[in-house]
Amino acid sequence: MPALEQVGRNPQRQPPTSLVSRSLPRWAPLGALAAGALVAAAASAALGPTVAGFAIMTVVAGSLVLVGASAAVEGRRRATDRTASILVTGAFLLALAPLVSLLWTVVTRGLGRFDAEFFTFSMTGVAGAGGGAFHALVGTLVITALATVISVPIGLMTGVYLVEYGHGRLARAITFLVDVMTGIPSIVAGLFAVALFTLFLGPGVRLGIMGSVALSVLMIPLVVRSTEEMLKLVPNELREASYALGVPKWLTIVKVVLRTAVGGIATGVSLAIARVLGETAPLLLTTGLTSGTNWNPFEGRMASLPIFAWYQYVQPGIPIQPFIDRAWTAALVLILLVMAFNLLARLISRFFAPKAG
Amino acid sequence: MAKRIDVSDLDIYYDDFLAVEKVTMTIEPRTVTALIGPSGCGKSTFLRSLNRMHEVIPRAHVSGKVIMDGQDIYGHDVDPVDVRRSIGMVFQRPNPFPTMSIRENVLAGSRLNNRRMKRSDAEDLTERALRGANLWEEVKDRLDRPGSGLSGGQQQRLCIARAIAVRPSVLLMDEPCSALDPVSTLAIEDLIAELKQDYTIVIVTHNMQQASRVSDETGFFTIAGTGKPGRLVEMSDTATMFSNPSQKATEDYVSGRFG
Repeated sequence: MPALEQVGRNPQRQPPTSLVSRSLPRWAPLGALAAGALVAAAASAALGPTVAGFAIMTVVAGSLVLVGASAAVEGRRRATDRTASILVTGAFLLALAPLVSLLWTVVTRGLGRFDAEFFTFSMTGVAGAGGGAFHALVGTLVITALATVISVPIGLMTGVYLVEYGHGRLARAITFLVDVMTGIPSIVAGLFAVALFTLFLGPGVRLGIMGSVALSVLMIPLVVRSTEEMLKLVPNELREASYALGVPKWLTIVKVVLRTAVGGIATGVSLAIARVLGETAPLLLTTGLTSGTNWNPFEGRMASLPIFAWYQYVQPGIPIQPFIDRAWTAALVLILLVMAFNLLARLISRFFAPKAG
Repeated sequence: MAKRIDVSDLDIYYDDFLAVEKVTMTIEPRTVTALIGPSGCGKSTFLRSLNRMHEVIPRAHVSGKVIMDGQDIYGHDVDPVDVRRSIGMVFQRPNPFPTMSIRENVLAGSRLNNRRMKRSDAEDLTERALRGANLWEEVKDRLDRPGSGLSGGQQQRLCIARAIAVRPSVLLMDEPCSALDPVSTLAIEDLIAELKQDYTIVIVTHNMQQASRVSDETGFFTIAGTGKPGRLVEMSDTATMFSNPSQKATEDYVSGRFG
């Protein structure tokens, strides 16, 4: 029996005689980390202690201990698995570190002025402490709302065209231009809005609507993209089912395709809003800054949260501290707004998801 | 209500590829016509050309005539939307609308067309269509639950209810049982026998026992080879087709010597 002999000579190909194999105890990762900490403590004592150095050495030494022990006890496959787990977890923690640090800094420094006055007062007549960002909050909300009103219809219809109607050269050209638009630096979008309005109103004009136009240049490609992706996910069978019932194409698109995809589209729109909410550069060029509240985007300058924070920081008065405090709080409010829109996106997608069961 | 369809010299194309060649057949009202043949021979393509669903695919087109009630459905001034309202279709995979309840699915034909309907009329229509599809008893207590929560066989009967709720004259079925278990298949076959009283039915099937069980007339399609167009080999009443076909190819196919 030469075939059997061959199998016998290759021990890796042999089926295991027992399903139980040696493995490290469940507390092994923690134990390895403790061992790593001991090594790190010894090294710190020798080299001079720093907190970051100790943490990094603990993790590195602990990982080496764990992988080494695993290779000795459990075999190569488990050791590889542990190495990959450590790398993946490490990458995740590394990516999380700046986010946590940023949130922590902004929250601790911003909470000082996170009070009722900040949300009810503008900066009219405020020279030192006190005052608030009511005017900037109003400006940000009005400008972003107007940008949404401009870009959602355009983006939605472009997406519908690309998926449901466009085949051939025009559709390819539009897709290409949308891709290019996605990469436009935001300052260029701001310059575009300035140039456009200078054509009609002459130089030196600053209006809320200009900011909205600049932001919609940034928003439209995002909305087109998310609409396109969501519409592509709608199964063709649903379109055919609708056609077979004698429903015209446009009604099929409005009532079946868009209705099925509305959750994803709404999520995409909310994320696009969150994305432009914190834009600074285009607003700097187009809306300027005031210290008073302006509800009208078609007349006069308009404040916004990012510009407010920036201005408080670069042009503080004396004493300097109230200005810095207000800048931090404005940053905190901006982060909370973006977070609120992300949460809204999740709620919307859950609410509109096709029901099952 | 049921109508007769005369197909003459129908060539069906995908772009410039001829998929089905020179089909001529007559489909009698209040009968079940089964289309059988090996995979890729163009049965489904032919079926979809009977209610102009074929041209939903970009650059697909046909030449020839399909006359229903004295009118060519491919005539110049014929709106494909109107054709599809009088020739309904049931697909291979059950495809209820996932965002709609069972009731809304049944009423989809009128709801999606923005037709206003009195509440009592809508109730009537829902019950009539669901009874017509033999589904009423199973779902009458959960009409507002999503249609996608039903079993595969129930979903397919829901799709049949949805198709007959728009009161078509003809019902096309594209392998309606191929995704279903034997019990659900039996339920649908019984349903086809009942629907025959009111509708003209054309059914594409891979299952020859099914064709012999449910149909009055059978048409056999075949294809000479890859890249060649499919064609209708012969068509006659089902008993003759399965016992004494006039073509050798048909006999080979129905006796299982081919395909």
